[in-house]
Amino acid sequence: MAQLLQHLINGLAAGTIYALVALGYTMVYGVLKLINFAHGDVMMVGVYMGYATAFALGREARNSLLGVALIFAVAMLGCALLGFLIERFAYRPLREKPRLTALITAIGISFALSYGFQLDIGFLPGASPRAFPEVIEPKEWIVIGDRDVVVWNWQVISFLIAVALMVALQYLVFRTRFGRAMRAVSWDHRVAALMGIPTDRVIALTFMLGSALAAGAGLLYAIKDTSVSPLMGLYVGLKAFVAAVIGGIGHVPGAVVGALVLGLVEEFVVGYAASTWRDAVAFGFLILVLLVKPGGLFGRVAAEKV
Amino acid sequence: MMETPALPVPEARSVIPAGLRGIFPVLVALVLLALFQWLVSESPFAVYLLSVMGVNIILAVSLNIVNGMTGQFSIGHAGFMAVGAYISGVLSLNLKEVALSFLPVAASDQVLFTVALLVGGLAAAACGFLVGLPSLRLRGDYLAIVTLGFGEIIRVVVQNTNAFGRALGLSGIPQYSSPYMVYFWVFLVVLVARRIAGSSHGRSLWAIREDEVAAEAMGVDTTGYKVRSFVISSFFAGIAGGLFAHFVPIINPGSFTFVKSMEIVVMVVLGGLGSTTGAIVAAILLTLLPEGMRSLFNALGTEGSLAQKVDQIRMPIYGLLLVVLMLSRPQGLFGVRELWDVLPRWIPRKRRGLS
Repeated sequence: MAQLLQHLINGLAAGTIYALVALGYTMVYGVLKLINFAHGDVMMVGVYMGYATAFALGREARNSLLGVALIFAVAMLGCALLGFLIERFAYRPLREKPRLTALITAIGISFALSYGFQLDIGFLPGASPRAFPEVIEPKEWIVIGDRDVVVWNWQVISFLIAVALMVALQYLVFRTRFGRAMRAVSWDHRVAALMGIPTDRVIALTFMLGSALAAGAGLLYAIKDTSVSPLMGLYVGLKAFVAAVIGGIGHVPGAVVGALVLGLVEEFVVGYAASTWRDAVAFGFLILVLLVKPGGLFGRVAAEKV
Repeated sequence: MMETPALPVPEARSVIPAGLRGIFPVLVALVLLALFQWLVSESPFAVYLLSVMGVNIILAVSLNIVNGMTGQFSIGHAGFMAVGAYISGVLSLNLKEVALSFLPVAASDQVLFTVALLVGGLAAAACGFLVGLPSLRLRGDYLAIVTLGFGEIIRVVVQNTNAFGRALGLSGIPQYSSPYMVYFWVFLVVLVARRIAGSSHGRSLWAIREDEVAAEAMGVDTTGYKVRSFVISSFFAGIAGGLFAHFVPIINPGSFTFVKSMEIVVMVVLGGLGSTTGAIVAAILLTLLPEGMRSLFNALGTEGSLAQKVDQIRMPIYGLLLVVLMLSRPQGLFGVRELWDVLPRWIPRKRRGLS
């Protein structure tokens, strides 16, 4: 029983991080109908930015609340800028082209980032994973029984941050002018433009928002894992994508639910079967969901309009 | 009944006498085989390079059937290659001692090799069917992610199965493969791809590629055609894997990662989505170029580090190449045209069009 509870906690903690990355996928898909394959790699770049900032700050400063806030701010702003540049120079010129063109471009960017960062030329970090410095001192907060159930402080913190960001996002999309513009662009960006919505700006802002969220999630992941590597973006990104699809891509609460479900499924596989099967089970689960509900748990398969 | 006037048949302008035209490809093949013989006798490295090139051609041409002709986007081709490689590899390992008594040893080996290849190819095709059936009902981007996931599943399964040597890989697979066998399969896959492109089956594939909704409205069974092209494509990927397993000293999960899939995708996109000869040219280029650069750096006498960097730098360059290609020339080198459509005028060409 205690074991089950522990797995539940760990699964939810992993799920919240997936959820933050998945939100970026879902938002971009919502406005552009584009799977931003490079999303996970933008996250990875953000984690390296946070890593560099943490080192620049030194041991004292990075353990303070202000230091942590600064690390997150640098990574999230840096990623927003990167997301803006990618959208402006790679995706915008292709917006009216067939969807496949943009998808191939996204895969190309993902590949260039994740393998470019494995080179050890100039400022690039090289292929080997590095230890992410301790920014939040790990503490066990709640202990049930004799260390039967343990909740780490970073699990609670990342859960709270994730929930706060999700609520903020839900508010942004459904209660603000910008959110209304986003939904209009998502519905039909040509008609939205005719109604006076600056579609280019809305799409660019959506990208920046998604990228910043990814950077935040990536940092939480790196703090949990205490490591950072050029390929982390590919794997976390894929998992988050799977989560977004399970929930129904383009659907904001769906992405969160999908991510939590995926986090739990993975945790139970690791806990009760074997950790080596984890990655296979995630994708197997995806295929299963697509078989039963092709639009994901919450999405609907809309007939394509011509 | 009105008589339709006979359309003037365009006179094929060709320097080759009509009687020879039918066997012209065979003549070319004979010349190439002779060239092979010469290269093969030169060095084992040439044999290896030729084999790798052939395997890459098979992979690129087969992926082109799905990605190019049908317009679906599969990025898990290495997964099917792995299925073929491991199934046929394990089969050959277990049948190593077996010899068909009514045949000389060499011939018996080749027969067993062919059987192993076919079994590997069929296993890959079965996987293609299993993966394709759910995902091909959905839109293209789902297929991309599911194929990618499939590749990962295969990798994890191999890493957890003792019979497949886990992460260490399989070694000691009998080295049955030869460039002749590889290029026989290259010939077959090109033949199949070209015959599909020219057939009514191919017309349906092109229709799906251009506009799936319109194709469906015209009565094309889109799911059926997509699954079939997927199965054919994965069959040949499995064959390519089987061939690969029989000329490299060891196969391990590291040979069939996402990177390999991307390499094949880059070949197809660079050659032109839908162009069989484009895929061939791109496969040859992308096999020889890194090797050539490596030999060049070695020959220049620069430190070994630079030659080793070729492999490292290759991957980010592939990524950037895809981006630049999509922005500047999304149709690739050839588009949907074939080599003979872009050759200079004095070379005899086939009639324009897709076939």
